[in-house]
Amino acid sequence: MKGVEVNVQRVSRSYGDFKALDDVSVTIKKGEFFSLLGPSGCGKTTLLRIIAGFDFPDSGSVEFDSKNILPLPPDKRQSNTVFQTYALFPHLTVYENIAFPLRLRHVDKETIDKKVLEYVRLVQLEDHIYKKPSMLSGGQKQRVAIARALINEPSVLLLDEPLSALDAKLRQNLLIELDQIHDKVGITFIYVTHDQSEALSVSDRIAVMNKGKVLQIGTPYEIYEAPSTRFVAQFIGETNSFPCTILSCEPYEEEYLMRVQVPALNGEVSVTDYKAQPVGTQMDFTVRPEKVRISSNPPRSTVKELNTFKGIVEEPVYSGFQSKFYVKLDNESSTLVKVFKQHTAFLEDGPDIEWKDTVYVSWTASDGYLVKDTAR
Amino acid sequence: MKKTLKPREREQLLGTMYGGPMGLWFTLFFTVPLGIIILYSFMKRGLYGGVEWEFTLDAYRQMFNPSFAMVVVRTLWISVLSTFLCILIAIPCGYAMAKSKHQTFLLFLIIIPFWTNSLIRIYAWISILSTEGFINSLLMRIGLIDSGLKLIYNNGAVVLVLIYMYLPFAILPLFTTIDKFDFSLLDAARDLGATKLGAIVKVMFPNIRSGLSTAFIFTFIPIFGAYTVPLLVGGKDSTMIGNIIVDQVSKTRNWPLASAFSMILTLISLVGVFWMLYNGKREQMQKGSKKTTQQALEHNIKAHHSLRGTK
Repeated sequence: MKGVEVNVQRVSRSYGDFKALDDVSVTIKKGEFFSLLGPSGCGKTTLLRIIAGFDFPDSGSVEFDSKNILPLPPDKRQSNTVFQTYALFPHLTVYENIAFPLRLRHVDKETIDKKVLEYVRLVQLEDHIYKKPSMLSGGQKQRVAIARALINEPSVLLLDEPLSALDAKLRQNLLIELDQIHDKVGITFIYVTHDQSEALSVSDRIAVMNKGKVLQIGTPYEIYEAPSTRFVAQFIGETNSFPCTILSCEPYEEEYLMRVQVPALNGEVSVTDYKAQPVGTQMDFTVRPEKVRISSNPPRSTVKELNTFKGIVEEPVYSGFQSKFYVKLDNESSTLVKVFKQHTAFLEDGPDIEWKDTVYVSWTASDGYLVKDTAR
Repeated sequence: MKKTLKPREREQLLGTMYGGPMGLWFTLFFTVPLGIIILYSFMKRGLYGGVEWEFTLDAYRQMFNPSFAMVVVRTLWISVLSTFLCILIAIPCGYAMAKSKHQTFLLFLIIIPFWTNSLIRIYAWISILSTEGFINSLLMRIGLIDSGLKLIYNNGAVVLVLIYMYLPFAILPLFTTIDKFDFSLLDAARDLGATKLGAIVKVMFPNIRSGLSTAFIFTFIPIFGAYTVPLLVGGKDSTMIGNIIVDQVSKTRNWPLASAFSMILTLISLVGVFWMLYNGKREQMQKGSKKTTQQALEHNIKAHHSLRGTK
């Protein structure tokens, strides 16, 4: 496996009173596609710039394969960056842009030709090597930037929101290409993004950041299915999240089954978790909209511990492959519950549910989960 | 029926109208006088100034005089050195201004000197540099020197004051282009392996070329024609072409010779301008071609190298 292990330990960085990074520790494995995910201002770009060498931490250490790299200037580090704004040299052609790092190292002409050709093919820009960046489309520019960053054969490729300036369709295609490039070159990728769907679809692991702190590190599946805090649950995908209090807790198969009091739902809910919580703990109850079933009749399920609430469709939103429903509960709380319904087959589930219909929303205990109610 | 103009024709007509007054002004007060100077340089010298209407190359013949040749050479090296130093100082200035939060204030500081007449500013330099001037009396007071240093009335003083006078003309165009420069390109260059200086030379300089050319033209041309500075702070050996022209017009009253020197001045300046324009054109000319097959690509890379050459 090529690439290096990137070890960030207890890194802090402040700009005046603003803490951009607050005691951040992350270990990125060799050859991993690792994403730093968070809203703007969460410190993800600052961390990337520190790894690249454009910024310096106030404290902490950054190591490549247990070698301290902080004293090295950007040009001496084994990392290369793909910038959000492409940062292509406007006075050079595509060929010259990609050859730039090699020319700096005084590589001989034939090797440059061979390597540029190789990387131009990798990013599929064979037809454009003679053009200036101003004649390229956004997607093409970003491909040039990727080829230019890879040609030095770095051990780490740092990508700073590389797709954010492109339109949705192109972004999807380039993302898949990027994943294929990662498979081919096999080096460590550190990918900064605020787009959770990008991070979920290509990363091996994700670090979710907010306000200068890392909240959770895990595989996309772990992050989505078992968020550790309310912020993570709400930032990744859509969710229904309500404060709750633990009423009871008992072992249930290999997990624990808890009854929780949810004031927002004006009732009690069953939920399972692998971790027991003491009675009386204040937590957040969360259930993903796609895990909630919506039906015109009360569910006749035999599943034990089914949570069912009756309500009225307040707002149906049709979006092609699925519909979203905002269901207003039929009790004093008037809480809106989000429900996603996939359209798999026409008229699969009986008659369509329409605006102001009375419906039942339900989910099993194992579909909901409890998260720490941290303010972050 | 009244003839209606197409929008395009109307635009052209409007363009001519807008450009008209300017064109007329420059023809009357720039092109015509220039024509007169060219004409005079080929005329016979009048006894008490003016010219006699008789074609002769006398004026140009007189220029091939060792003492005049010396002046031309001196003017060239003083101008080139002053321009070069001006731009060298102006680049970091423009860079700092573009990066600064107080741009308006710094711009204001650069413009302030223009509020004072240039002659007065030159006299200020005289009182700073002269034997009993500010610098010398300060150094003597400290006890570093016993007698006044000769800081003025030499070529060094001329270069110094010329740089002072024309520095703003170099800073302003450089500031505007550096301000538009995308500094993330420097990060990119550093990231790809360039040193700090390498990034500036290989990436910033090519991208602020227009500012460099403008700064060059704005400083070189006026410095090349300068005459008050060498006259007031220069010594016996500081005469520049400008001084000769003044002398030939007002003292020696050899108008054809003065015109001939003006021609030299104009021609050398033009060479500079055309060189800059040519460079700009060449930059634009490099356009891409489109080929599709693999062979074409490999051919392209080869052609590309034979065209530009790699180091």
